[in-house]
Amino acid sequence: MWQDHLTEIIVFTALFLLVSAMGFVAARWRAPKDMAHLDEWGLGGRNFGGWITWFLVGGDLYTAYTFVAVPALVFGAGAMGFFAVPYTIVIYPLVFLVLCRLWSVSHRHGFVTPADFVRSRFDSPVLALLVAITGIVATMPYIALQLVGIEAVLKTMGVTGESTLARHLPIIVAFAILAAYTYQSGLRAPALIAFVKDTLIYVVILVAVLWLPYKLGGWGDIFAAADAKFDASPNPNDGILLNANNQLQYVTLAFGSALALFLYPHSLTGVLASRNRDVIKRNMSALPAYSLLLGLIALLGFMAIAAGVAPLPGATEGSADSNTIVPVLFDQEFPDWFAGVAYAAIGIGALVPAAIMSIAAANLFTRNIYKEYLRRDATPAQEANVSKITSLVVKVGAVACIVFLDPQFSIDLQLIGGVIILQTLPAVALGLYTRWFHRGALIAGWAAGMGLGMWMLYQVSSPTRKHFGGSAFPLEKFGFDTPRTIYVGIVAVLVNLAVAALLTLVLRAAKVRDGGDRTAPDDYFADEGDARVTPGERSDAGAAPEPVA
Amino acid sequence: MAAPEPEAPSAAPTRAKDKSPWNWLLFIPIVLPLIPAFFNGDSPRVLGFPRFYWLQLAYILVGVATTTLVYQMTKKRGGR
Repeated sequence: MWQDHLTEIIVFTALFLLVSAMGFVAARWRAPKDMAHLDEWGLGGRNFGGWITWFLVGGDLYTAYTFVAVPALVFGAGAMGFFAVPYTIVIYPLVFLVLCRLWSVSHRHGFVTPADFVRSRFDSPVLALLVAITGIVATMPYIALQLVGIEAVLKTMGVTGESTLARHLPIIVAFAILAAYTYQSGLRAPALIAFVKDTLIYVVILVAVLWLPYKLGGWGDIFAAADAKFDASPNPNDGILLNANNQLQYVTLAFGSALALFLYPHSLTGVLASRNRDVIKRNMSALPAYSLLLGLIALLGFMAIAAGVAPLPGATEGSADSNTIVPVLFDQEFPDWFAGVAYAAIGIGALVPAAIMSIAAANLFTRNIYKEYLRRDATPAQEANVSKITSLVVKVGAVACIVFLDPQFSIDLQLIGGVIILQTLPAVALGLYTRWFHRGALIAGWAAGMGLGMWMLYQVSSPTRKHFGGSAFPLEKFGFDTPRTIYVGIVAVLVNLAVAALLTLVLRAAKVRDGGDRTAPDDYFADEGDARVTPGERSDAGAAPEPVA
Repeated sequence: MAAPEPEAPSAAPTRAKDKSPWNWLLFIPIVLPLIPAFFNGDSPRVLGFPRFYWLQLAYILVGVATTTLVYQMTKKRGGR
């Protein structure tokens, strides 16, 4: 059946090979004198300007999985899937000032990861370790999900065979190439490839939102078709508008996801790689261009309904893989060559975030586990080397997740990932503003939020699953007499904050010793051009003062 | 307490604080998209889009306008 898709396959493969070549060449782009340093390999020299940061962070936050899963959600549930729009509006004003502070303090102290910051701010290796492990655990399934994005495309092109190996071979090859150029070029590879990826995505989506409504009879008809479909479905919570019961879920999910997004280590990697505070602030105004794109992509779900798209069958008998609706829509409505371009956009769209995520996870391991616990006197060159190798291990792990486990398992883990990464909010985000919290209280709050979040997710059932059926927790399980639902992450992080605050008061009253604070107030305002060297006496005894820029 | 390097002392006071009353404006694009009562309706339609969809897409412009305004107003004097 792949013969029917020959043109698509050729276009896809050609574009894929083009960006792979770019990935290898990227090592020479803005080349440093010495690549054997984590600031170079893992942060691209900490010198990216406005445009590169825009492409890099945009390519990183709006992943292939987003492009595939958000329209799939809109296709299946309607208005609820549109939460991605308020989510990505709220986030930029929310982190406008926070990230500038993080950039400044990281710049002064040479921090590479959020856990580095926590280590210094709260003088607590344990809290830093928890933040690092939380970050790694939350990021791993996210990488695996990028593969789900590529797989949806490959499946539509018919290049996936029946046996386990044949089904996954194209993905294994794609990831081996990705792993090789990330190893060689570090963050420069995704930064360079992001230009191609985003250009392709913008072209494809603009064509799609202009051409498809014209072909399908206009937006009025598209919404009418969607409305008719949801009216006919037995599910009470779908529809082209929200109802009284899912509005709270919509709002808390949008807000909670926004809080979580910039706690993910990979989003911070892009921010820390930028040149100065101005670059970050200007990007907070420019990144919403991607939100507009995402909103239009979400509407592809309704276009798929109007075009009568039927999703391809899933991995198990009788199930449907809703992630295939966008690729199938393109296959059905576009000429073959353009569908090939669209598939390449999604496929390459998976590579950029997967590379950045694996770099971020590798940096966490290197800085906060390897250097902290295994080898305190590691040189910058050793650090860079450990990170490079870890990035390979992380990708092998992600591929193994997809090949050996049900993809549903990765989706579950991703759901959990959003909830658990939120539990680092008090230490990382509030820690940028205040040192009021006691380090012991933060650890207890983290544990409480984690435990409650897990329990709540376990309790959520869906029509097909008994546990881990989603993130919409029915409030009646708390004993409220209401059919409303709420996003698990918000409840868990509120409990986390309450525990941390109460215990801080208790520990202070009991005069339990707290750690110090190795950052100074004016560290949070430093900008490009000011003193760049980590102050020697105040940093770790084992760590040599090293230049940051 | 302070960082040991006293370089660029003249620039320090002007850039040392990022407090500004303009920052309060950032609350508008944070709060507005989280009030479903405003956007959860069908009419009026614009170009066939129900209010739910066009209004939320329009909020993106509110967000861009606010962050741009705040950036311009809080930028350090003689900015690049």
